[in-house]
Amino acid sequence: MLQTQTRKDRFTLLKKNLSTFWGVYRENTMGIAGLVILLFFALMALVGPHLVTYTGEIEGAEMVLQPPSAAHWLGTDDLGRDVFAGVVVGSRISLLVGLAATVISMVIGAIIGIAAGYYGKTVDTILMRFTDIFLVIPWLPLMLVMAALLGPSLGNIIFVIGITGWAGTARIIRSQTLSIKERPYVERARAIGSGDLHIMVHHILPNVFPLIFANTILVAAVAILSETTLSFLGMGDPTRMSWGVMLHFAFEMGAVSFGAWWWLIPPGVCVVLVVLGFTFIGYALDEVLNPKLRRR
Amino acid sequence: MQSLVSVDQLEVHFAVRTGFMQSMFGKETPVVRAVDGVSFELGKGEILCLAGESGSGKTTTGKAILRLVEPTGGKVLYEGEDVRSYNRLRLRAFRQEAQIIFQDPYESLNPRQTVFSTVAEPLEVNNLCRSLAEKEERVAQALVDAGLHNPRELFLRYPHELSGGQRQRLAIAGALVLDPKFIVADEPVSMLDLSIRAGILKLMVDLRDKKGIGYLFITHDLSLAWLVSDRIAIMYLGKIVELGSADKVIKEPLHPYTRALVSVIPTPRRKVITQQSLLKGETPDPVNVPAGCRFHPRCPEAKPRCREAVPLYREVRPGHFAACHLLDS
Amino acid sequence: MTLLEVNDLTTYYKLKEGRVRACEGVSLRLEKGEALGLVGESASGKTTVALSLIKLLPENASIAGGSIKLDGKELVTAAEEEMRKIRWKEISIIFQGAMNALNPVRTVGDQIAETLKIHDKLTDREAWQRTRALFEKVEIDPDRVREYPHEFSGGMRQRAMIAMAIACNPRLVIGDEPTTALDVMVQAQVLQLLQQLREEIEMGLILITHDLSVVGETCDKVAVMYAGQIAEYGPTEEVFTRPAHPYTRALIAAFPDIEGERALASSIPGNPPNLLYPPPGCRFHERCSEAKPLCREAQPRTININNHHYASCHLLDRQVKSCRA
Repeated sequence: MLQTQTRKDRFTLLKKNLSTFWGVYRENTMGIAGLVILLFFALMALVGPHLVTYTGEIEGAEMVLQPPSAAHWLGTDDLGRDVFAGVVVGSRISLLVGLAATVISMVIGAIIGIAAGYYGKTVDTILMRFTDIFLVIPWLPLMLVMAALLGPSLGNIIFVIGITGWAGTARIIRSQTLSIKERPYVERARAIGSGDLHIMVHHILPNVFPLIFANTILVAAVAILSETTLSFLGMGDPTRMSWGVMLHFAFEMGAVSFGAWWWLIPPGVCVVLVVLGFTFIGYALDEVLNPKLRRR
Repeated sequence: MQSLVSVDQLEVHFAVRTGFMQSMFGKETPVVRAVDGVSFELGKGEILCLAGESGSGKTTTGKAILRLVEPTGGKVLYEGEDVRSYNRLRLRAFRQEAQIIFQDPYESLNPRQTVFSTVAEPLEVNNLCRSLAEKEERVAQALVDAGLHNPRELFLRYPHELSGGQRQRLAIAGALVLDPKFIVADEPVSMLDLSIRAGILKLMVDLRDKKGIGYLFITHDLSLAWLVSDRIAIMYLGKIVELGSADKVIKEPLHPYTRALVSVIPTPRRKVITQQSLLKGETPDPVNVPAGCRFHPRCPEAKPRCREAVPLYREVRPGHFAACHLLDS
Repeated sequence: MTLLEVNDLTTYYKLKEGRVRACEGVSLRLEKGEALGLVGESASGKTTVALSLIKLLPENASIAGGSIKLDGKELVTAAEEEMRKIRWKEISIIFQGAMNALNPVRTVGDQIAETLKIHDKLTDREAWQRTRALFEKVEIDPDRVREYPHEFSGGMRQRAMIAMAIACNPRLVIGDEPTTALDVMVQAQVLQLLQQLREEIEMGLILITHDLSVVGETCDKVAVMYAGQIAEYGPTEEVFTRPAHPYTRALIAAFPDIEGERALASSIPGNPPNLLYPPPGCRFHERCSEAKPLCREAQPRTININNHHYASCHLLDRQVKSCRA
């Protein structure tokens, strides 16, 4: 989008764009709240695992299912592992799966949406019927079937979530593309001899980008929830701790009947907070990037 | 004068999309005759004005010449070659020489492209620059040519940071950077305030004088047409009804439609609107083109013949063409 | 008899960056049945004046001072309740985009009849009768009352908007660029209609436009606005033949005149100022070819040139001249 000359210019431009954006964004309370929540978890995922020791080994019978104490802030699980450390270590996988799956979703959604909207006619019809199929198939059973077929591994879980989450995005991007391709600047681009690919990359994409961006955030929330769901249902990778895997074991081992609330609630609260954080930012971005809502 | 663009019986017809039920029952699809047999020649370095009300087909004619809208009939010759027969490669080369400037400088510039990118894009698309320095030089030169001085300070600005007049100059710079020989200017000043219009028009005329660019100037404003163009063509419902030198068309109009249009040319100094000079009604829909002379239902001087026969478009006086039965003696 | 008297009207928009002085110290006077043209370029504050008059300003704008008297009744301090009664019955407005101002899913007649039912408390039958009569008045076939806006042509829609504006026989109609989007011929038709109606029902008319010719065609008096202030004000003919303010002169010179010489007029250099930070002194001085050092420093007074012709410019100020001498 920015065919600007030198690296220095590119940097100046980026700085200018960011500061304009930040100027509007910081007025948005919801957005700031979401940002604070996400920064907290991002920090937890990046730095946290280096600060806690989570061996995953059995610590001894006397340490099993201990309620919160000074030594174990959030108590221990059925194998005597520290729940707090588990939450911290698990955040890494949960966020990683969520973000990676989101990227897959967005790339597929954006490509299909832009292509369908730009080419129109037959291409549009075919791509959109294809999208409709993904839109109407109940995603949870589809994910379960796919996860079961591919087997429980981290890569597979990312793939499964990514491949099922793009349909809504594609539809939104397509409708925006339909409106943008009618703008005179697209016609002007054609008049100077630009090809279709050039127009899509340089004129359509930058103008649907805010929408893609805002949508990414909302899809990320769903992806993290999906990871939790799949892992909870036992489709996750049991060797890697994530919030979903934690919930799965807690449920499996009867944390509820033992009254071990400290084992169930922390990962659950984390999932809720992260999803909330993403949603807040998503709505804030929608407001900030949508010129119709922003125009003064 | 050597001919740069020669348009012969150009036609652009659109099929109107009808509902599913209508096509089921075999109803004929209505056709919009946006441009219906338009012929004219544009000389090198000439400014020819296509004037008319909305729905007259003037913009479609301009776009059809550049093949931004595909013509459905007729010929467009550019320096003797038929534009309609161009393959992709040749079309691309043609589009370096033939540019378009749009009406609304707020809409015709990509809001997410900087001034530099906007003007550099035509160069990049056509791979015209070997080095970055050369590209920068050409972009700066185009901006200066378009009357934007201190171009390098503007490089990193976005269109929304410019004023209306500056934006239109930027759009012109984007067209100039390819050194075109022919520009279709589609109402280039109608969205601008009166006080900055003259500057843009002057720029366009200067560029003609300096670089010999030929313009097809599309406007609804006859006084502007008279000011900037060498010749004026008046369009009504997809056809040219009159064409001649700017002075002749405005001062001695032949066609009743031109006469009516000229009589309501706005002027701040005197009241000109009288009941007599006003035409009744509005331009009809180009789906239902009236038989005979298209203008007859609104023509104050229509005769029975006007309802039946299509008037011949012919040279009534030297260099002054018109299509009206009343001129056949 | 004076219908409308506006004194020192000042309206500000509040933005994050500060306040936009969209209209400052505007004074106007309109006699009964008179037409006043309010001319200015984009962002000169002319629409702000119109919206202030009927108090339909957007949320972030407010009238900061001055008075608006309609028939001696003060509107600036009037409560919203009161304004609602005044709007449409006494002052109505014709908006620019007729397509946006009409509801696309209801028939045109229905929308006019509704206005009549609300404001004039007419019964259904009476309202429809009036609507048909109004259609006739604005020269639309009354049998088309049951049609939807999209079935009307652009000119007819604008006629329907006029019918709606005059439905309750208001004493003052404000036209905000009522002919801007129309073709020349249709524009002439609509202006002619407005003129005719004005004589028929004795309504006052304030015509807001960027087009000098529209004013010349229809208005008795003209106010030229620049950057939120009135630069010149007086009888139309007088102002157009003997413009006193350099801005008015430049505007008139920029207007192409087919009776005149076939040459491009010079444009006014520069752009109108940003009203967040209006320039000190005369707001036009940066673009004025005749600006003196004083113009940069002090706001000019409003000078009475001769009866009812006023302009705000230092160059016309005798006091300033005598000081210099």
